[in-house]
Amino acid sequence: MGALLRTGVVLAASLVFAGGVLYLARHRVPVTNYHVFQGEPAEYRTISGIFQQALALRGQGLIQLGLLVLIATPIARVAFSVFAFLYERDWTYVVVTLIVLGLLFYSLLGSHT
Amino acid sequence: MGTLEFTLIVWLGALLAGFLGALTGLGGGVIIVPLLALVLGVDIHYAIGAALVSVIATSSGAAAAYVKEGYSNIRVGMFLEIATTLGALLGAALVLYLRAPTIAIIFGVVLIYSAYASLTRTHHEVKEQSPDRIATWLRMDSSYPTPHGFESYHVRGVPLGFALMFVAGVLSGLLGIGSGAVKVLAMDKAMKLPFKVSTTTSNFMIGVTAAAGAGIYLSRGYIDPGLAMPVMLGVLGGSLIGAKILVETKVRVLRMVFSAVIAFLAIQMIYSGITGRL
Repeated sequence: MGALLRTGVVLAASLVFAGGVLYLARHRVPVTNYHVFQGEPAEYRTISGIFQQALALRGQGLIQLGLLVLIATPIARVAFSVFAFLYERDWTYVVVTLIVLGLLFYSLLGSHT
Repeated sequence: MGTLEFTLIVWLGALLAGFLGALTGLGGGVIIVPLLALVLGVDIHYAIGAALVSVIATSSGAAAAYVKEGYSNIRVGMFLEIATTLGALLGAALVLYLRAPTIAIIFGVVLIYSAYASLTRTHHEVKEQSPDRIATWLRMDSSYPTPHGFESYHVRGVPLGFALMFVAGVLSGLLGIGSGAVKVLAMDKAMKLPFKVSTTTSNFMIGVTAAAGAGIYLSRGYIDPGLAMPVMLGVLGGSLIGAKILVETKVRVLRMVFSAVIAFLAIQMIYSGITGRL
């Protein structure tokens, strides 16, 4: 279980770093205005959009893919716990873990706009 | 300012935030948000989005180190995660309806409480507890390794712990922080878990809670790649360095100094919120 978490964090950090290098190499323009909140465009906030941008080797797309891996890491751990409790035939906690997993999937996959 | 300079400044700030967060036990999220919002003038929604992903990174990194040592109580953690994830979803939804100054004021108050709680937290030994009906039914009682072999403990106060965890989840989703202070309050005070068990179990939960909030932030467009990149890499790096130093040195004095710095940041946040500077 510890290996899963470590792998997820290392993979996420590597993707974010690689994306960051690409992003900085191509963005010489003055910095984005963060003082006014505008919200990200669709290609950086939907899972399909992020994958498209990352596959096109856009720096920002790779960064978002890394962050997606990061968000998925604790979710994967909860998913593994479902199997661990199934193996122990601990039905109460199979249900408890499935509820948590359902809430996490709702957060990541539901549309919240 | 060019993109490269801005990125480097944010990265250095995040490195410092992660370092201080690890030393004080508060987590990097609570320090990077005021830094971005007050010093660099970043909109607090972006700041919170970037902080939330860095919270997942540090908590997963720390949890990976503890998980095999047998301290964390997976059943307690998983059961309470129903409360924290529900809370985080509500908190992330609330962000839509709250204006930046309001969020800043809530943030400042929570920050002061967190600094106070981390200073006054004592390494108490848990006295022998009698079994509790709900905890027994949920099979939460467990044991943990001590210098004199495994010691068993009983868990108590499940409903109160659950309610407090819901609050911790709301704050995490609303403010982009791990809410470690409230989680520890629930597990130390309400549920009477041994110190090591509550610390490690809370670490395990923080990542899951933050992931629940981060999913919503991402799909709403609050997570900007250009900002989240230096924040995540900086906080992660800083907290790894901080954790190393924490093992090697006694940090009581350092913690007091940093808590004072954090209290100062908190007052700044509240002041900026009230005067509408944010």
